[in-house]
Amino acid sequence: MFKIKQTRHMFTSRKAPEPLMLVFLFLALVLLLFVAVTLANMVIEQVVTDLPALISAACEKSVIKSISLSMYAGLVATLISLVLGIPAAYILARKDFFAKGFVESVLDIPVVVPHTVAGIALLTIFGANGLIGAPLESYIQFRDAFAGIVIAMLFVSAPFLTNSVREGFQNIDPRLENTARSLGAPMWKAFLFVTLPLAARHIMAGSIMCWARAISEFGAVVIIAYYPMIGPTLVYDRYLSYGLSASRPIAVLLILVTLTIFIAVRLISAGWRIYDKD
Amino acid sequence: MIRIEGLHRNWKEFALKGIDLEVQDGEYFVILGPTGAGKTLLLELIAGFHAPDSGDIFINGKNVTRLPPEKRNIGFVYQDYSLFPHLDVRKNIEFGLRMRGISDGSRVERMAENLNISHLLHRYPLTLSGGEQQRVALARVLLIEPDVLLLDEPMSALDPGTQDTTRRLLKKIHSMSELMVIHVTHNQTEAQILADRIAVMMDGRIVQVAAANEVFDRPLNDRIAHFMGVENVLKGTVTSNSEGLTSIALDSCEIEAVSGCAVGETVHACLRPENVTISVVPVKSSARNAFEGDVIEIEPMGALLRVKVDCGFMVNSFITKQSALELGLELGKRVTISFKATAVHVV
Repeated sequence: MFKIKQTRHMFTSRKAPEPLMLVFLFLALVLLLFVAVTLANMVIEQVVTDLPALISAACEKSVIKSISLSMYAGLVATLISLVLGIPAAYILARKDFFAKGFVESVLDIPVVVPHTVAGIALLTIFGANGLIGAPLESYIQFRDAFAGIVIAMLFVSAPFLTNSVREGFQNIDPRLENTARSLGAPMWKAFLFVTLPLAARHIMAGSIMCWARAISEFGAVVIIAYYPMIGPTLVYDRYLSYGLSASRPIAVLLILVTLTIFIAVRLISAGWRIYDKD
Repeated sequence: MIRIEGLHRNWKEFALKGIDLEVQDGEYFVILGPTGAGKTLLLELIAGFHAPDSGDIFINGKNVTRLPPEKRNIGFVYQDYSLFPHLDVRKNIEFGLRMRGISDGSRVERMAENLNISHLLHRYPLTLSGGEQQRVALARVLLIEPDVLLLDEPMSALDPGTQDTTRRLLKKIHSMSELMVIHVTHNQTEAQILADRIAVMMDGRIVQVAAANEVFDRPLNDRIAHFMGVENVLKGTVTSNSEGLTSIALDSCEIEAVSGCAVGETVHACLRPENVTISVVPVKSSARNAFEGDVIEIEPMGALLRVKVDCGFMVNSFITKQSALELGLELGKRVTISFKATAVHVV
């Protein structure tokens, strides 16, 4: 609420605008247009010049399969991130311990590592001869398999969830948890009935970021699992084999599906703001 | 009964340095001390939110030092009341019962009625005033029928009018339930009105425990005296003492007091500003101490004025605005201050 009011004030104020503000506005506009025009241009050009190709791509079995695989693997990676990330986020938000900064940096490494590098690292450890891959080989395989896709997505996207949830936990006054405890709640109940609901918005936002990051991943996935093809791999594969006009309809489709889900989830979780203290 | 033995704890910039305390059943016990003395930390240790570095806490003879907070049956109300913002008032109040697997709407409603918040049950905490939030917090904590109620600066977030109401409410709750209350504050008035006994806490130590009036009238040392609002603390040496009537030499003059101090002792004479009278003509009264001096400061203090007089030593006096007008007080005016020997407390 507060932020909206401020923005409105900025534009309706009778005072002459600050010159610096005008510069900022201009630069922000450049950034906005760079992203929006690039994507909109692709979508519009596809729709205007070659709508039939888009429709036939949408009906093509391998395209549907790849895009759903992206969504599904991203979802699984996000769920695993939730299970592993929420406890880590809670510990980082509440406790001070030796080498905490080091632990935080390690958890953030996937954000800065080039994704092909991450892919090589993952393949080394999860491959048939790897430290983890070898003993598990008779039960589960990662190379060119669904599990490999999920592992690659998990590696690159988990930090986004952990960081967002940690911020959510940090915003919750520990006194609320103390109060719940002294009212008779064991720690797990205090966490379940007080901490988690109050962090709901951050958990949701973190999950969206995590899922979005997972389904947009290409570099790490393509190294550990070229097949089965996820959406981005299919786009790349078609581009290499048949060129721009063959890959673009799939790219457009991928964007449209992703954006639709993204916007839908945001709308659904918008009402959760009431839990926020600020 | 709560007994605390040798409690030590270092936490961030606060430290408790060996706390020993005993609070009786049904007692209204106030821990009074300046900000940063470690009062809240002490309460949090009693409640079990932190573990002590050393020392023990006993409730009704049972050592609870290692028990988690949910097993201590202690009610805790924080300064900001810590209502759960995602739950409405009803759900906040019944939280303790729900954690025990009890669902009893009528108990919630009776409690809400007692505290006059029945009309708020469906509201969310962020829409309530400070006083309303506090009553909700009290309802929530009283519903679990705690063995002891811990209150952390319960008035500090309220405006003066609501503070009055709250004081009366706390008195009522205490007298009706005969609940042991440990109330932490830095406000002496609040302590004096509510407390059966007061523990004065400074720098992580309990420095005096006594009945409420005694702490005010007979503070143990000059620092406590200062903190308790004794504005005039004069350092001097005892020069004579005959049957309690003591002469104390200050730098420039001598005052008389009633004490049992021995000759030659270095002492502090504590004199409350409300016990110092100001006149413009030299007075003959039973006051043994009368000194001439100049008014050097006049400061409004709510309904009163604080007048600082330099008579070789500095003395603060409280007088009403009316009498200031009648005396024609102004800066630099020559006046006589006087106080009775019995009004001086020597430590």
